[in-house]
Amino acid sequence: MIEFWTILIIKTLVAFAVSMLIVAYSTWIERKVLGHVQLRYGPMRVGFHGLLQPIADGVKGFFKEELIPDNADKPVFLLAPIISIGAAITLVVVIPFGDTVTIMGHKIPLYLADLDIGILFVLGISTIGSYGGMLGGWSSGNKYGVIGGLRASAQMISYELPMALAVISVVMVSGTLSLVGIVENQAGLWNVVKQPLAFFLFIICGLAEINRTPFDMPEAEAELACGFNVEYSSMKFALFFMAEYCHMFVFAAMVTTLFLGGWYGPLLPGPVWFFIKTFAIIFFCVWERSTFPRYRYDQVMELGWKVLLPAGLLNILLTGLWMLVFNI
Amino acid sequence: MMEKKDYVLNVSERRPEKGKYLLPLFKGLGYTLKNFFSKPITIQYPTERREVRPRWRGLHRLKVDEQGKLKCVACGLCAKICPPQAITIVPYEEEGGTRYPKEFIIDEIRCIFCGFCQEACPKDAIELTKVYDYVDYHREDFQFDIEKLKTPERFIFTGK
Repeated sequence: MIEFWTILIIKTLVAFAVSMLIVAYSTWIERKVLGHVQLRYGPMRVGFHGLLQPIADGVKGFFKEELIPDNADKPVFLLAPIISIGAAITLVVVIPFGDTVTIMGHKIPLYLADLDIGILFVLGISTIGSYGGMLGGWSSGNKYGVIGGLRASAQMISYELPMALAVISVVMVSGTLSLVGIVENQAGLWNVVKQPLAFFLFIICGLAEINRTPFDMPEAEAELACGFNVEYSSMKFALFFMAEYCHMFVFAAMVTTLFLGGWYGPLLPGPVWFFIKTFAIIFFCVWERSTFPRYRYDQVMELGWKVLLPAGLLNILLTGLWMLVFNI
Repeated sequence: MMEKKDYVLNVSERRPEKGKYLLPLFKGLGYTLKNFFSKPITIQYPTERREVRPRWRGLHRLKVDEQGKLKCVACGLCAKICPPQAITIVPYEEEGGTRYPKEFIIDEIRCIFCGFCQEACPKDAIELTKVYDYVDYHREDFQFDIEKLKTPERFIFTGK
């Protein structure tokens, strides 16, 4: 019994530390990649090629002055970043980093929990995370914040549907809701080959869900002056950003898990493959950010409801027919 | 006479059809990826410096001769010609008739770096160097005296 708890606690700590490290360093990756795309270097001064920049940023965040606006709804204002980061970190629980490994005679599965409803859990908790942005914008007592929060809620609702539809077709192919089961199902052929349209849909909707640039409506810098986090300062602001990057990591991990075969790959051990694929998706997130301009708000809604939702339904129909015809 | 349609650009006619923007999206991705792998054009300023033109007019230097004495004879021509009157000279004459400046002060905040002083100088005693980034904490620190004017290069960043 003690052994079980020790392994669990160690595993939790390691997973937490690794995720936080990835979250911190995805800011570094973002700034570096954006810099190089724009023929700059990005951070160069703090440490070798700016490698200590995330730590410097964190220290700065802690020492900054903390402001709460007079007309803010104080409890909700304080709660919003906590909801945001809490939900984002909770998602790390179900990510399957790798297969079972044997360390000192103990069989240790490289995931914290293999929930039977894994993918539903991810969809549900990520929606709770969007409450953070919504409540934060709403409670700041600032019109930009309110508009940002409204946009956040509208966008979440619109893009959750096609995303869930894309996931459903994957679930139909795999026959299980458990993330570990879905990965094990891809041992032979990755889902990206079986479900290219769902992959495409999932990437687009995921980018909208994690508020990345063609869909960064809630914090459109040019129109809303940062939107929902406009009144936040110091570490509360940093928490929002950590939540955003944590969501990005979880999104990349979900793409890896659902479509790119999780930990499967030749030669290298499982977790290494998992992280290679995850970082490739994170790189893609930054890459497309540096390329695409932001959608107009009505265009975002139009794309979500008129294009992605029918495409998702069509994909489910096709998957169903395919399974019926070939009797899988 | 040009027809109106030749020079009026109607943007709405050039707008692509629905769905035609898919290919340009991928072209854009290719362009940014190409940029990502090309070398940045940034000059890492304090450690690397942009090379300025040979005729660049920067901070002044008072030249010294082989014995290490100032070439300046305090004739006052530079102070006379200086358009913003940034140069102050207090001359001093020795017993034997040698003249040199007791004080030579240039107000580097007033100076407009026109270069008239180095052109007016009959003894080739003052010149403008290529140092363009000079910083200090107080306004008074920019009243450069003889010692400061001898070493304008001290502003160039050499440390780590």
